[in-house]
Parts: sequence; structure tokens; C-alpha cells
Amino acid sequence: MRVSQNSAKKVVGVLALQGAFDSHERMLSELDVATQEVRTPQDLSVVDALIMPGGESTTMSQLLESSELYEPIKKMIHEGMPVFGTCAGMILLAKTIFDGRDDQVSFNAIDIEVQRNAYGRQVDSFEAEIQVERLDGAFHAVFIRAPRIVNLSPDVEVLAKFGSDVVLARQKNVLVAAFHPELSDDKRIHEMFVKEI
Amino acid sequence: MAKREAENPSKSATGSMLVKRGLAEMLKGGVIMDVVNAEQAKIAEDAGACAVMALERVPADIRRDGGVARMSDPEMITGIQAVCSIPVMAKARIGHFVEAQVLESLGVDFIDESEVLTPADEAHHIDKLKFTIPFVCGATNLGEALRRISEGAALIRSKGEAGTGNIVEAVRHLRSIIGDIRKITQADSAELFEWAKRLQAPLPLVQEIAETGWLQVPLFCAGGIATPSDAALAMQLGAQAVFVGSGIFKSDDPAPRAKAIVEATTHFRDPEIIAKVSRNLGGPMTGIGMDKIEQRYAERGW
Repeated sequence: MRVSQNSAKKVVGVLALQGAFDSHERMLSELDVATQEVRTPQDLSVVDALIMPGGESTTMSQLLESSELYEPIKKMIHEGMPVFGTCAGMILLAKTIFDGRDDQVSFNAIDIEVQRNAYGRQVDSFEAEIQVERLDGAFHAVFIRAPRIVNLSPDVEVLAKFGSDVVLARQKNVLVAAFHPELSDDKRIHEMFVKEI
Repeated sequence: MAKREAENPSKSATGSMLVKRGLAEMLKGGVIMDVVNAEQAKIAEDAGACAVMALERVPADIRRDGGVARMSDPEMITGIQAVCSIPVMAKARIGHFVEAQVLESLGVDFIDESEVLTPADEAHHIDKLKFTIPFVCGATNLGEALRRISEGAALIRSKGEAGTGNIVEAVRHLRSIIGDIRKITQADSAELFEWAKRLQAPLPLVQEIAETGWLQVPLFCAGGIATPSDAALAMQLGAQAVFVGSGIFKSDDPAPRAKAIVEATTHFRDPEIIAKVSRNLGGPMTGIGMDKIEQRYAERGW
């Protein structure tokens, strides 16, 4: 299922096993970027970069295995494919997950340790303005049952904080956000990711 | 109670419409499973459910037992919260805002103001704008969906006919809601006034649909899903996730069926995968025909 025959135009895949993948697709199409929903290894074979959306990381973890996507994605990330994980996507990319399920997989792609649902239940979900490195003006961030980065290696670049918590970070080809830039109307973080491809 | 959007933008705010709808967005593409105890909740989470609905009896049993169906025992709900790391939903009776207050105090992630329980108020639904946690409400048509959204619902689901294992009503409701959305996107501005009148829905919400081509909140399917193909049918019709009530734990072998429905919901456009996961699941729930049921739950609420 080839989306674009034009080899010059890069295709950004959005992992569409479960979660808010359509919000990411909307953001990308507003940036005039070609997208591909990724549910199978065939879908994955046409993408140049991948976004892992918010949703339930335990659900996605199981579907990554049953859909035979875990190994090929892991290989592509380690070969340098740009990847951006938001919320559950950040959990999937982390080195270590606290309060996850014992059988939960992660890609060990960025040197951070995250705690699931660290800010509490939905009643504690919130929105707030944050300052992002290299972006002028505040970014409106939405945190839904959000994970928290509880430890990070000095090799990880901090791009934004909420209070003392790192909420946007990057290490080489891996970008992670504890919040949901796909839920606001502000496309700047997606733009930042797309520029690196 | 909800804090309104923060006046000082640097301050954080809980309970805004965006934050409520945000959780609904995160459930898309997933399966929300009815569970009546901690053991079932574990089976659901193990199978890949994106959330569970904690209730005392699944709709098929409510139908069989009759009597008044109410909010579940808080002890049971907290027992399920203790074993689950995924969102936990619970049901309140239509109009029973005190049950909703109790559920909010328990830290439930989503309240279903549900026609499956016996309505507590014959004229008023809950004022959902007053709460910090989000609500999901059932609808049989677009007018009902928009009235619930105007009351603050963050998620709409088809009502279907719960506890029957029969998908026919959910299909009718999804086709009605989505069909009218399509027609509204073709209407001119003058016709939108007529649409608002006919749907008995607020004009600004109808105008917004004409502009965006979709509801203000996600639309899920509920009521009668019993097989992986049922779930994929709902998704292909345009539902963005599915609720499965009696269909899992009233079947012969719940765990593999739950997992198969999760996979079919993800791969809803891929008949080969749906065929593969549908093999050897044992018997589905028996189900009932619409001409055999005494009480249509979908007629509750307005």
C-alpha cells in the first residue's frame, strides 16, 4: 500500500494500533506531510519516520507483538529512523517503565525512566502553558493520565519542563513528550519533528 | 467540581472540556470491556482492553433479573481500580447526579450516564459541565447526541440494545448519526436552521458539524457486540472504538474472545486478520432477537 510514488516526498507513519493516531495525522496533513497509518509490517515498509501516539501503552504493547511490528520497528529505530512518542508513545520508547505490566514491551530507544499514570487518575489530568526550547512564546500542553520522566541520562537533551519535570526530551533520533501536542492547535512541535527527517 | 479554563494561562487547569475530551481521544481504536469483579478486570487488561467498565451485573443479567438497576457498590469499583492500570469507568443512572458525585469521589476515570441502569429522572439528564471527570452518554440519533454534548458529554456512544448480543440496533444508531452528519456537511447555511429545529439540537453545534464534518467529541459503538466481526463492522461504519458488555464474559471462553475482539478492532479493515482471530473461539453469547425483548433500553433517555 504505497502512499506516495514520489521518492522525494517523505512519508511519516503513525502507529495506528490504538489511541489518538488520527489527531497526529490531522496535524501532519495540515503541515502538508504525507502520512501512513501503521498496523502491519507492510505499512511500516513505506515510512521514513514514525509517530507513536497517546493511548494505552499496555494495549499497544500487546498489539505490537501480535501484529509482528515490535522487532521491525526496534530495528528501524536503532538504524536511525526518526521517531516521536507522545504520552503512551513515550512510555513505549523509554528504557525503563515503572508501574507498567510485567509483560509490557518497550523499545529501549531513549535513556529515560518513566512512571506510568504518575500524575494520578483522569480527575488530575490537566492543561498548562510550558516553555519549549527554540520556540518563541508558550506552548499549550495537555496532560492526560500522563507519565512522568523520573530519571534521565545526561545524554538526553531537555527541551521543555513543567515545574521541575522534564516533559519534552530528545536523544539522537528519538523525541518524546509526556503531553499531547496533537490535541492543541499548535503545530510547532510536529514541525520540529518533521524538519529532522 | 470543575475549575473553568484558567484565566491565567500559565496556571494549570483540570476538568476543562479539552482535558475531558482528551481521554476520549486516547481510547480511540480500542475496546472497553464490561467487568463485574477484579478477576474479570485482569482478564480484560491481559487481553488488551484500553479501559474497563466496572458494573455489578452485565446487561444480559440485568435484563434477566429485572428490578431496579443502580450504580455499583463502591467497594467493588475500588477493588477493580486496585488491580487495573488502565482507565476504569463506571455507570450512573440517567439524571442521578449524586451517583455521579460518588463515582467522581472514587476517582473513576469516566462516568457512563447509562440507559442500561434504571433512569432516576424522567425529564433531566445530569448537568455534566459541573463535573471534573468526563462523561460518556448513549444516543440513538444525532439530535440525542448533540443534546448530550450540550450538557457536557465528552464522548458519545451508540445505545444499541445492551445485553442482547445482537448488533442490529447499534448499526441502526451509527448509520443514523453518521448519515445525518454527512447530510449536514452538504447543507447550505439556511438549511442548518431547519436541521437544528428537526434535531432539537443547539444551532451552533449543528453549524460546527457543517464546518468540521464530525461531532465535537468522539463517537464509539456500544450495545450488542459479540464477535470480532461485529467490532470490525462498527469500526467500518465509522465508530472510533467499541464497548463490549455481555459479549465477552457471557461467551464460552472470555479470554481468547476478548483478545480476538481487540485485534479485530485494530485491524478492522483487514478481513484476513479478522478471519484468523475468529477461529476456534468457542460459542459466543446466545443473544436475543429484537422481537423477543420486553424492555428496550435504547428508549430510555431522550
